Amino acid sequence: MSVASVFPQLEQLLPRVSKPIQYVGGELGAVVKDWDATTVRWALMYPDAYEVGLPNQGVQILYEVLNEQEDVLAERTYAVWPDLEALMKENGVPQFTVDAHRPVKAFDVLGLSFATELGYTNMLSALDLAQIPLTSADRDETHPIVLAGGHASFNPEPIADFIDAAVLGDGEEAVLEITGIIREWKAEGCPGGRDELLLRLARTESIYVPRFYDVDYLADGRIQRVVPNRPDVPFRVAKRTTMDLDAWPYPKKPLVPLAETVHERYAVEIFRGCTRGCRFCQAGMITRPVRERSITTVGQMIKEGLEYSGFSEVGLLSLSSADHSEIGDMCSGLAEQYEGTNVSLSLPSTRVDAFNIDLAQELSKNGRRTGLTFAPEGGSERIRKVINKMVTEDDLLRTVVTAYSNGWRQVKLYFMCGLPTETDEDVLQIGRMAHEVIKAGRIAAGTKDIRCTVSIGGFVPKPHTPFQWAAMERPEVIDARLQLLKQEINSDRSLGRAIGYRYHDGEPSLIEGLLSRGDRRVGAVIRRVWEKGGRFDGWSEHFSYARWVEACAETLPQFGVDLDWFTTREREQAEVLPWDHLDSGLDKDWLWQDWQDSLTEYEQPDCRWTPCFDCGVCPSMDTEIQIGPTGKKLLPLTPVNSLRVPV
Amino acid sequence: MAPPKNQPVGGQAPIVQRIRVRYAKRGPLRFTSHRDFARAFERALRRAAVPIAFSQGFSPHPKISYASAAPTGVGSEAEYLEIGLQAEIDPAQLVIALDAALSPGLDILDAVIAGPGSLADRIDASQWLIELPGIDPADAAAAVTAFLALDEVLVERMTKQGRRSFDARQAVTHIAVTDQSAVPSEADGAPCAIIDLVVRQVTPAVRPDDVLSGLRVAAGLEPPVPPRVTRLAQGTLTAQGDIVDPLDADREPALPG
Repeated sequence: MSVASVFPQLEQLLPRVSKPIQYVGGELGAVVKDWDATTVRWALMYPDAYEVGLPNQGVQILYEVLNEQEDVLAERTYAVWPDLEALMKENGVPQFTVDAHRPVKAFDVLGLSFATELGYTNMLSALDLAQIPLTSADRDETHPIVLAGGHASFNPEPIADFIDAAVLGDGEEAVLEITGIIREWKAEGCPGGRDELLLRLARTESIYVPRFYDVDYLADGRIQRVVPNRPDVPFRVAKRTTMDLDAWPYPKKPLVPLAETVHERYAVEIFRGCTRGCRFCQAGMITRPVRERSITTVGQMIKEGLEYSGFSEVGLLSLSSADHSEIGDMCSGLAEQYEGTNVSLSLPSTRVDAFNIDLAQELSKNGRRTGLTFAPEGGSERIRKVINKMVTEDDLLRTVVTAYSNGWRQVKLYFMCGLPTETDEDVLQIGRMAHEVIKAGRIAAGTKDIRCTVSIGGFVPKPHTPFQWAAMERPEVIDARLQLLKQEINSDRSLGRAIGYRYHDGEPSLIEGLLSRGDRRVGAVIRRVWEKGGRFDGWSEHFSYARWVEACAETLPQFGVDLDWFTTREREQAEVLPWDHLDSGLDKDWLWQDWQDSLTEYEQPDCRWTPCFDCGVCPSMDTEIQIGPTGKKLLPLTPVNSLRVPV
Repeated sequence: MAPPKNQPVGGQAPIVQRIRVRYAKRGPLRFTSHRDFARAFERALRRAAVPIAFSQGFSPHPKISYASAAPTGVGSEAEYLEIGLQAEIDPAQLVIALDAALSPGLDILDAVIAGPGSLADRIDASQWLIELPGIDPADAAAAVTAFLALDEVLVERMTKQGRRSFDARQAVTHIAVTDQSAVPSEADGAPCAIIDLVVRQVTPAVRPDDVLSGLRVAAGLEPPVPPRVTRLAQGTLTAQGDIVDPLDADREPALPG
């Protein structure tokens, strides 16, 4: 049965909303297939505004991998802004895909990629607009399987009632396996209905189906145990790891939007995973081991990606790009290849050392100079040991001096506030460090005309990290510290004038903390917030702390817990954590030891350059570190001398 | 010789050819704003490997200039721009290469090598087609008659300077309900009035939605659903009321002197 486009109805509403182009589709790289010629159909959602969601690498990769299958159709859908949401409800227009404007409800799977937990309320809006029941228990065979992925799915318990399944880890192979299971189940005539399909997914042991697990609680509110309620589902669900990134060179055909989006560039992931061991960093913990893409694959992807897309900017992405074993040759080779082409190359530069500046120098040969950002993360030597960010104050000063003496006039420094064991003193050190940076920089640059920007993010303890047991600091304490730091920076007028100061209030971080480490009981909070109008919680102009606090007060007392219980309470070693049955490969004993090491300020070096420290990932997931160097170099490109005219 | 202060070494290649292009914004892609189109067009130049010239300086920009762009949400069969090139190319090949490099709906229609004079000097009026689903052609015709009977029709619009009131009547040189209007719209078979409109370029600009406001002010005409507007032509308005394509002048053989 074919599915009609909702565009004729939507079109009537578009003149009445802001930036209508974001709902129209028509991107280069977008794929529209014949509905009836396909058997398995995915709607992929990034649950935020189009301008944020479109550039998302994860969605673009899966979109391409799925559409390469002949009998599979994948389309995309994004969160609609409240102006269009109201009009859609008023006019009965359902949540739609931007590719062919098909109703999301008609698809087999609605796959949501959660980079952050703050997208949960947008998921509920989309389900509601799509006319899909909000809770898994109320859905039947006519509804898509609601599937969560992305980093937040390593603890999907707060949304366990709303989703049907979750995938942990890399998606490339997972989406194909899920497609295969659905294809087979449909070919057999959908035996056993939705329950049977979910069971088949759960039996893979790497797809989590919350309904097949029961959670029991102790009288004091803690979890007693999480156990399967069916004999044939596993006790623990393992994450996915895609090995050999050279075999998965996506995106090949990046989506090029007509609307303005947050990133307008060809982004290539130069490696996945990180073993630097920063204890606050969930991404570094859950994406192990390090798997590099080789210099030649990166070069080829950039060449084809630029030709295809017409982008003039390239980003070399990863969790710590300067750590790629071939980064030097890669940067100099690319700089040479694109010299004189007005293509600009950038490297997210967070590593605090002079090597990073060499690379940035190399990449800026072409003209445009990208900004330099360093992330010491902690202000004092002590707190940097706690978080295992192995950078001394001397390292930092030497690095910024090199930057200023090489012609940079502005550097950005990134820190966190609210870290475990943090005192006012640790945060005030940030101000003193910034003063030293300006003093040393003025001497190095030979001018007073230099600047540095201090940017402070709020720390949120995340599941599957050594800080998963840590207490969060109260927002008022964070806000007071940030004010003290402001005074400290401005205590010297001459230096303070050269320092920009940016920070976030403590309140949104506390809510992110609730959603990150929450259990199934937090689902009631999310639903209540959404019912009260909560949308786009990642946007400060839409986020309402009061609404979250109220919703907690209305829903959590029935369970004998509250907002503080989930956020500012430190957990003990024996406590069952809501995500213990979800296996990131990290050994819980190792995580606990790393948490204890953090409290004694013991530093843990990177296993790429020192012996294995037994975090557990490689043996339990049957994976290994994949790094170069391959010894290969990038060859010069042949210049294009004529118009590219299609034949 | 040292490069001037604050200028990068090297510099950009000079312009050796200018080409003027006519393009269309059609269907759903009529919702692209001018900025959206400009970004897409710059990418299309790179995809098609057009030897575009760049401005000098630390952040070089491709040499593209646009004639007055249709408002966001309004379709167009007659948008114009001019590009500066660092190598000579065949305009016919350029049409094919650029059209293939743009999303369907942003369509390149025509290109000519620029002759003397500027594109802007050859554009002083636009012809618009306004479809009004749900409006009876007779009602629309009555509103048009009422509008034409007035010397001045003051309408209001939000501009960058805030709310402004201006005359929407004087700039209109032609307005009529067309005889295609009887054809029911494809959506639901309801009546659909179609208005043919020619407006001179004035300051502040009078746009089709201002004329629709004028019809409301003059005769209380209220479209039940958003009207659909398309620019059919822009160029020089002749004494006979025709609009001359601004590229025509470049097609004629250049006169000596």
